[in-house]
Amino acid sequence: MSDITKQSLTELVENIKNKKLSSTEVTKAFIKRSERSKELNAYITEDFSSALDKAKKFDQKPNLDLKLPGIPMAVKDLFCTKNVKTTAGSKILNNFIPTYESTVTENIWKEGAILLGKLNCDEFAMGSSNETSFFGNVQNPINKNLVPGGSSGGSASAVAGQLTPITIGTDTGGSIRQPASFTGTVGLKPTYGSCSRYGIVAFASSLDQAGPMAQNVKDCALLQEVISSYDPKDSTSIDFKRNQYSKELTNNIKGKKIGIPKEYRVDGMPKEIEDLWQKGIQYLKDCGAESIDISLPNTSYALPTYYIVAPAEASSNLARYDGVKYGFRAKGENLIDMYEKTRSEGFGAEVQRRIMIGTYVLSSGYYDAYYLKAQKVRKLIKNDFDEAYKKVDAILTPSTPSSAFEIGEKTNDPVSMYLNDIFTVPVNLAGLPGISIPAGHDSKGYPLGLQIIGKAFDEQNILNIAYAMEEKINFKNKITDWWIK
Amino acid sequence: MSIDLKTIKHISKLSRISVDEKRAKKLAGDLNSIFDFIEKLNELKTDNVEPLTSVAETTLKLRPDEVKSKNIREQIVKNSPQDNEDYFVVPKVIE
Repeated sequence: MSDITKQSLTELVENIKNKKLSSTEVTKAFIKRSERSKELNAYITEDFSSALDKAKKFDQKPNLDLKLPGIPMAVKDLFCTKNVKTTAGSKILNNFIPTYESTVTENIWKEGAILLGKLNCDEFAMGSSNETSFFGNVQNPINKNLVPGGSSGGSASAVAGQLTPITIGTDTGGSIRQPASFTGTVGLKPTYGSCSRYGIVAFASSLDQAGPMAQNVKDCALLQEVISSYDPKDSTSIDFKRNQYSKELTNNIKGKKIGIPKEYRVDGMPKEIEDLWQKGIQYLKDCGAESIDISLPNTSYALPTYYIVAPAEASSNLARYDGVKYGFRAKGENLIDMYEKTRSEGFGAEVQRRIMIGTYVLSSGYYDAYYLKAQKVRKLIKNDFDEAYKKVDAILTPSTPSSAFEIGEKTNDPVSMYLNDIFTVPVNLAGLPGISIPAGHDSKGYPLGLQIIGKAFDEQNILNIAYAMEEKINFKNKITDWWIK
Repeated sequence: MSIDLKTIKHISKLSRISVDEKRAKKLAGDLNSIFDFIEKLNELKTDNVEPLTSVAETTLKLRPDEVKSKNIREQIVKNSPQDNEDYFVVPKVIE
C-alpha cells in the first residue's frame, strides 16, 4: 500500500485491524519518512531500531482489540520515557535517562502504540516558537524558515509533516493550540486534571496539561480517550466519568449556544483573522448552532497574570536542577559555585529569564504586590468564564493573533513573543478545555486556526463542535514536502 | 518601577544562577520591559477577591506508604554527573 504516511490515525488503525497493513509496514514507512526529514529538526532522540523490533513483535501476535494496535508514535520530549533519554529541550537534562514512564505515555503503550522517538520542544516548554530548544529550532513543514510555534513545535511539525500519525504535546499557556494553529493541525488542551501530570517534566504545575495533536478531530478524540485517566500519582488528577470520546463523537450540534467574546477583538489583529472568525460563526449557524455575544471583561489581564503565575511556579519547579543527582554539572570551586555555574551554563536565556522573574515575584517584599495580586486576578478571569457559561455551552475565538512568523523575527523582544498566547492563556488560567482546529489560510497561504473553549470536563462537547465545523471548513493543508531528502 | 543591576545581582543569587556584567545588563532591560507589561494588573481593584491557588477542586487523598519501585538504586545513581558506587559526589562542603 502506497502513501501510508498520508493516512490518518483512524485509517491506519482500521487498516491494521483489517489486516490490510501490518504494524511493521506502517512503522517502516514513518521511520523512512522521518529519516528523510532531518531538515525539520523535529526529533531530539530517534528510537527507530527499537520501534521496528517492537512492531515485528506486535505482528507475531497482534492484539487487534487495542485502540492503537501497533501504531508508531513520536512524543514530545517533555514526557519521561523509561530507559529512553528525556531532555525537555535543555542542556541541563541532555543526558538524563528516566527510570520510570509518564502515566500519559504508559496509557498510550498499553493500547498497543510504539515509541518512534522524542520530539523537539522549547526548553522546559518555555517559548512560543521552538527557538529556545538547546537542540536547535524546528522548521515548519508549511514553509522554510517559518517557526512551527511552540512550545510543542517538534510535535506540530512532525504531525503536519507526516513523520508520525499523531502525537502528544503539553500546554501551559497555549503550547499545543498555538503550534497546531501555525501548522494546520488539530490540538486539544484538556481540562486541568483530566490527563495525569505524573512523569511530565514540570513547568508550571497549576497550568500544565498534556493533550493530543492530530491531523483531524476524530484522531484527536481517539487519543484523548486513551490518555485521559484518573491517576493517584498526580495529586491534582480528577476522578470523573470519562467519555469514549471517539465513539461518542457526533456532528449534531443543533441548538448549541456558542459565545463570541468581544474582548478577543484585539488591536492590530489582521482583518483576515477577523474574517475567519466571522466565517466560523457562520459555519456554526449552518450547523444549527446559535451564536451569542458575550463579554469576558478581564481578558486583557490574562497575559500579565500568566507572566507572574507561570514563572513563579517554574522558579520553584526548576530549583531541582542543581547538577547533583542527574543532568549536566559545571565545575565549581565549592558547592554553591558549582550550583551557580551549573544553572548558568545549563539553562538557556529564556529559562533563566523566567526563573529570575519567578524568583523576584516570590521574593520577600514583592510577594503580595505580584504573586498574590496575580492569584486574585486569576480568580476574576475564572469568574468571567463561569458567568459566561450560564448563558452558553462553548466559546469560539481565533487561536492566535497572527499566522506563523519567521524564524528570528521575535527572539529579541520577549513581550512581543509572549503576545502570541493572548487567546490561549486565559483557558489555562481557568483550567478549561480548549481545542484549535485549522480553519483557513491567510494571504501568504499560511494556516490559521479557530479555538473552541468548553466548560470544565466538557471535552466531548468541544470535540463535537470541532467535528461539525471541520466538515464545513473542509481544510486542506498545503504541504509541499520541500524538506524531503 | 525599575529593576536595577543591584536587584538583578540579588535575584541571581537567590536563583543560584551566576550572571556576568554583560548578561546582568541585558536581563535588567528584559525584566523591566516585562514588568512594565505586568504593571497593568494595578488597574484592577482586588481587595475583596479570594486568590485562586488551584482550579482543581480536590482534597489531597491519602494512600498507603508502600515501596513500588524496587532495586533501582544503580539506575538512579547512573544518572548522576559524579558518583562513588552508591553515593552522589559533590564538591567538598566541610573543611
